[in-house]
Amino acid sequence: MLEMMGLLLIFMIIAAIVAIETRDLLAAVISVTAVGFGSVIAFFYMRAPDVAIVPIVVEVLILVILIRATLRVGLKTFVGNRDFFGMMVTIAMLLVIFLAAIRVFNDLPAFGEPVMAKMMDAPSRIYLANGLNDTGAANIVTAVLLDYRAYDTLGEATVLFTSIIGAITIIRKKARKKPSEPEVEEWTV
Amino acid sequence: MHYALCLALFLVGLYGVMVKRNLIKIVISLVILESAVNMFIVMIGYREDGIAPIMSKMTDPEVFASRSVDPVPQALVLTAIVIGLGVTAMTVALAMRLYEKYGTYDIKEIRNLKG
Repeated sequence: MLEMMGLLLIFMIIAAIVAIETRDLLAAVISVTAVGFGSVIAFFYMRAPDVAIVPIVVEVLILVILIRATLRVGLKTFVGNRDFFGMMVTIAMLLVIFLAAIRVFNDLPAFGEPVMAKMMDAPSRIYLANGLNDTGAANIVTAVLLDYRAYDTLGEATVLFTSIIGAITIIRKKARKKPSEPEVEEWTV
Repeated sequence: MHYALCLALFLVGLYGVMVKRNLIKIVISLVILESAVNMFIVMIGYREDGIAPIMSKMTDPEVFASRSVDPVPQALVLTAIVIGLGVTAMTVALAMRLYEKYGTYDIKEIRNLKG
């Protein structure tokens, strides 16, 4: 089980490196979907079926959106990154972040032992013990999502709505005009 | 060990955001960053040989509470994944708009053109 998780994570890292370093944009888009589906399998292994179902839909939608942006006539492929000095600074920063974050993991319990096991009054314990009686939902994740923390879900719906409205506004070509305003020059790109 | 691999995935995404010149590559790196963070939050709640936080008629509530994985990170990640879709849609919309205006995805060229 733990070995399987390690293999899946290594697969995801390799797919991510391919997605970032390949020259073909379409191959990069498909590789990033491989990362997403790797996380789907990992969620199933980590006993999270509710979480595993959602990324299947989300990854397919991301694939469609990214392919729409990639299919361009005469899209130039270009190689090369930032300049050498910036590259060195970036790698040094990543190294510092890695070394600092590795120390943080020492304070966490080992993988396979949840944080809530060490806290006697963790809210997760209350949800697990009383979830069925409080909410009537046999699935505790649903109980948390739609009852204990329902305002979070309301906020999620609001954020999703706002971001889609924003995306449509950005993509729209014509600005909205009132009929009374004088005819102005068509704003095109 | 597993946390370190998850961190490595995060750093691969961060490298892409900081180094790449192609706007689509930057969006792809953001998607990888999101996957890594969601993975990490679910990993914090995992219990070895645990059961999914779904009750059935046979489960004893006492045993269930001591063997189930943590449900709260799962619920929060469920929210975060959907919001990630909204973020990706909006960044792709911005990138496509920039392409229509400048005719390239290269951020170096876009910077040189100056509006």
